[in-house]
Amino acid sequence: MALELVLFFFIVVAGTGGELCVSRAMKSVGEVHDFRPRSLLAFVLQSLRLPWMWMGIALMALGFFSLLAILSFQEVSFVVPVSALSYAAGAFGAKAFLGERISRNRWIGIAVVCIGVTIVWWSRK
Amino acid sequence: MTHTRRLHLKTIPLILISVILGPLGNVFLGKGMKAFGAVASAKIPDLLHIAPRILLSGYIWLGIACLMGFFITHMLLLTWADYSYVQPATSLSYLTISVLSYLLLGEIISPLRWLGVSVICFGVFIVGRTPPSSSGEAHGA
Repeated sequence: MALELVLFFFIVVAGTGGELCVSRAMKSVGEVHDFRPRSLLAFVLQSLRLPWMWMGIALMALGFFSLLAILSFQEVSFVVPVSALSYAAGAFGAKAFLGERISRNRWIGIAVVCIGVTIVWWSRK
Repeated sequence: MTHTRRLHLKTIPLILISVILGPLGNVFLGKGMKAFGAVASAKIPDLLHIAPRILLSGYIWLGIACLMGFFITHMLLLTWADYSYVQPATSLSYLTISVLSYLLLGEIISPLRWLGVSVICFGVFIVGRTPPSSSGEAHGA
């Protein structure tokens, strides 16, 4: 149980932190208008020059290895829905770190998602 | 056509792709990891012992390939849509993961777990009714 909680902590906090860093890097690269392979490759290479991108990748890797560890002894249909707790972390992070405005309806949706996660946790075997 | 409608037209197909690729990747990872037994040790020698076996698993690489496809789709989405919109919207994948876990891994999903996943999807529906970008015209068409 304690190990599960630690692994979920890494999945949620490191995974969300990593996505926020990647999002920050993406926003500074700019919107993609050209979807041809060469343009997409140039876009990826450009994003890899940004420190935020690498920090995001490192944090997401930590979250990924925690996910691998927990999948070795827990059901996929339990682990993945519980990791949806990252929605709450993501919303707070997006507001504080990216300065995104989050509407009341979006907060309500995120709260409902969290209730769903709680119910899934009760189904733990 | 309004700016918000144009954003939805290019955002929704990519969200659908990520809703399938992400769960499929996790299902393959789950199938691969179950073959090694419980990894319950945080000791470096134990992790170094199991790491090469994990890296040689076809299911793990299949899972990583699907998750990379998911990651690229996700990156593209994040160039124009808010993170706080994209992340909850792609959580429709929780319905997909339940169905795939049942069909491909034989996991028994209890009624309580189906209820939880349904509530998550309802939350996603509410989030999906909000505009993808809160900064309006600032992101361009």
